Amino acid sequence: MLWIPASRGERVAFGALLAIVALLAVVPIARLIQEAVAPGGSFDAAILERVITNPAVWRAARNTLGVSVGGVVLALVLGGAFALLVTLTNVRSKKLLVFCFMLPLMIAPQVTALAWIDLFGPNSTLLGALGIAPPPGTRHPLYGPEGIILLLGIEYAPVVFLTVRAGLRALPRDLVESAQSAGAKPWRIVATVVLPLMMPAFAAGGMLAFIGSIGNFGVPAFLGIPAGFTVLVTLIYQRLAGFGNGVLSEVAALSLLLAAFALGSLAINGWLARRRDVRVTTWMTAAPQWSLGRWRRPVEVACWSAFAVALILPFLALLATALVPAIGVPLDAGTVTLANFHFVLLDYAATRRAFINSASLSATAAMVLVFLSVPLGYSLVVRRAAVLRAVTFAAELPYAVPGVVLAIAMILCLLRPLPLLGFSLYSTIWIILVAYLSRFLLLALRPVTNALQQIDPSLDEAARMSGARFTRRLATVILPLVAPSALAGGVLVFLSAFNELTVSALLWSSGAETVGVVLFSLEQAGDSVSAAAVAVVAVVVTLAMMMVANALASRVARGVLPWQP
Amino acid sequence: MAAVTLDSVTKRFGSSAAIDDVSLAVAEGEFLAVLGPSGCGKSTLLRLIAGFEKPDKGTIRLGANVVSGPGIDIAPEDRHIGMVFQSYALWPHMTVAENISYPMRVRNAQPSDVAREVGVALAAVGMEGMGERRPAELSGGQRQRVALARCLTMRARVVLLDEPLANLDAHLRARMLAEIASFRSLSHATLIYVTHDQAEAFAVADRVAVMEEGRVRQVAPPAVLYRTPSDSVVSRFAGGGAVVQGEITATFGNGHATAALFGKTWRVRAAPAQAVGPAEICIRPEDLRIVSDGSGFGATVVRVLYQGGRTVIEATSPQGTTLSLSLSSTDVPAPGTAVHLAVIDGWVIPQH
Repeated sequence: MLWIPASRGERVAFGALLAIVALLAVVPIARLIQEAVAPGGSFDAAILERVITNPAVWRAARNTLGVSVGGVVLALVLGGAFALLVTLTNVRSKKLLVFCFMLPLMIAPQVTALAWIDLFGPNSTLLGALGIAPPPGTRHPLYGPEGIILLLGIEYAPVVFLTVRAGLRALPRDLVESAQSAGAKPWRIVATVVLPLMMPAFAAGGMLAFIGSIGNFGVPAFLGIPAGFTVLVTLIYQRLAGFGNGVLSEVAALSLLLAAFALGSLAINGWLARRRDVRVTTWMTAAPQWSLGRWRRPVEVACWSAFAVALILPFLALLATALVPAIGVPLDAGTVTLANFHFVLLDYAATRRAFINSASLSATAAMVLVFLSVPLGYSLVVRRAAVLRAVTFAAELPYAVPGVVLAIAMILCLLRPLPLLGFSLYSTIWIILVAYLSRFLLLALRPVTNALQQIDPSLDEAARMSGARFTRRLATVILPLVAPSALAGGVLVFLSAFNELTVSALLWSSGAETVGVVLFSLEQAGDSVSAAAVAVVAVVVTLAMMMVANALASRVARGVLPWQP
Repeated sequence: MAAVTLDSVTKRFGSSAAIDDVSLAVAEGEFLAVLGPSGCGKSTLLRLIAGFEKPDKGTIRLGANVVSGPGIDIAPEDRHIGMVFQSYALWPHMTVAENISYPMRVRNAQPSDVAREVGVALAAVGMEGMGERRPAELSGGQRQRVALARCLTMRARVVLLDEPLANLDAHLRARMLAEIASFRSLSHATLIYVTHDQAEAFAVADRVAVMEEGRVRQVAPPAVLYRTPSDSVVSRFAGGGAVVQGEITATFGNGHATAALFGKTWRVRAAPAQAVGPAEICIRPEDLRIVSDGSGFGATVVRVLYQGGRTVIEATSPQGTTLSLSLSSTDVPAPGTAVHLAVIDGWVIPQH
């Protein structure tokens, strides 16, 4: 149904919002494509050809696909099994289990990578204290593709978990019950009824995990670069960091290759979603609750032990490293010190600035995007704008493409002085803000559209009948109804931006560092204790923000906060 | 002057016309019910008047002012029309008083006036002292009253009601119908009431517009609609009974005619211009009697529907026509009984 805005004010506001979305989301990607295929303004395949025929590119592309497929398989196994466990069985303390399982998704990949490096390396403070650290001088066991696959799998298992859990919740109860009455035991029902019906959910989760894996920078940067193992993302980073803006056209072509992988998977995902058989959805969707019987305690012990190894130990290792004065010094009552925290938070200008920069960039991005999303979501959902799908797709673009791709698109757009204004945003903090606004628009918009879709449109119509105009309705009816979800969206933006490294790794400049960037530089410079201290602070901030969002949880539209049951 | 006038209004969704060339005038202070099956376009008609939909053709006027028409589209917020939604559309984040006072606050009324009007409106719908409650704490009937009270404080001259009783229990509907009737006498507003329930429409409306497939088939006071339906659709939808094929054998200028039906000739009512020849005849349940003197035609009782004081009987004629007749419940034949029926009244549906 085509919608024509009735009032002038609304028309102007809607037009302006659409223009902002186009500028943030569509223009940069279009500019990137243009730079790769027509760098001089006319079509020129030379650069594309040079990139495609370069054996180093092929090696990186093969590595990217290899570690991503490996990571996806691991994520499918972990996420799928965990989804079945918490949705279909009577295992206890599900809320806490889910919260812990979701943590790797909320915590920055570079922080996780650093924690694992600190845990298992020859310099491991924690293993050293226990006397079981690998002998000094040996190669770190996690450096290389196996370590990358392991961490990608852990990082994206929550994504698979979310889609499979959503699928299990929509599982029609009568299908399971008729299998039960046919005499099938739970294991058999899972194998013959549940899993076949969950294939679309597994496919969707796998695709999302794949898109995340090929664009992940933190894990291959920390675990691949030291081992000389290059993937496309790190290749782009190294080219640009090594040769500067002279290779912009070349990295644009490279990132187009990466974007093609991501958008291809996104298209396949959309195609699968449309093919999904919707006839099985009914209102009778309470998932069965099978008793684990005497296996309940062993399963719970196994679960928590796995969490202890995969989550708690790495962060204890991180904390241990942050508490010793220098790498290699054993942690004991005599050596324990808070000096590293003092150093990164107060003494060292770059890290102190990075915390301030990241906090203000994240907070600004969250506020601006929430402010944009409410009127935009309103026009799109309540007023049934015909462009809803197009706008949602546009907002998805900068989130789905790998962060380095978006960063290069931003450089291309903002390198030259802005028209009319006459100055360039490049190598200022503002280019990072623009990139964040573009990348995280979807995170703010989606909770608002979710919440609006759950609101009866007659609530808005009743206000119109009462004589309330656009801004008045927005302020008195729409905003109060969607505020919790919009705020939760803001928290998600803040969390994602605060933990982000991929975009700012290419966009930062001296004075405009982010937490991710200083963490990476400190680790590359060998200052592991300071890096660990930065990482610990980042984890604490992340957990605190998750708690803030939890306070809103009961009033937030269902499905907005990923770690909420 | 009419309060609401629709002139050749057409509204299409895709290729199908939800409203097809509808012309309708609702008088100042009138209570019009729009009656029709679901999907007949009656809700679209309401949304066109409210301004939530824009007509593809035709004009809509409120009083003398065109609000929808070629080049004109007044926004709903500027039409000053009240609406009671099927879902009641109470804002869950506001109290009852805040819900009711919203239209006044939008117009920046004095707080003292707002407080007074809210009190008056709450009293009018019998909800004194409930102003501080939240919609979630109210029953369905109470929500309905709050929605009505909101239209009261708005002082809307035209109020649209979209199936307002559809979400209520059967025993509440009669009470709410009375409530709506008293709302009308209190507000003196023009009411347009959409429903698929013939009993509701007949009980409260001055006139009833019967809609089918986007067209208004007939607009008339309930008694006229019941006695003289303009076509078989109206006849079936507004009131029970049967429409049977017969032959008009003679007509009289005084609105009567004789019709050959079931092998005998009966006196029926007809339009003055009715011609002799084949015709459709509407026979209501009250138009048939069981007779024992041989003046009737044979039929077989197939179903007996006890309804308290009256009982409705369905019987089939030898030709296979199903007829229904309403009897006092004291002497009711059993299913399978052969009876003789006489036609004591009927209406010849005019030919178009």
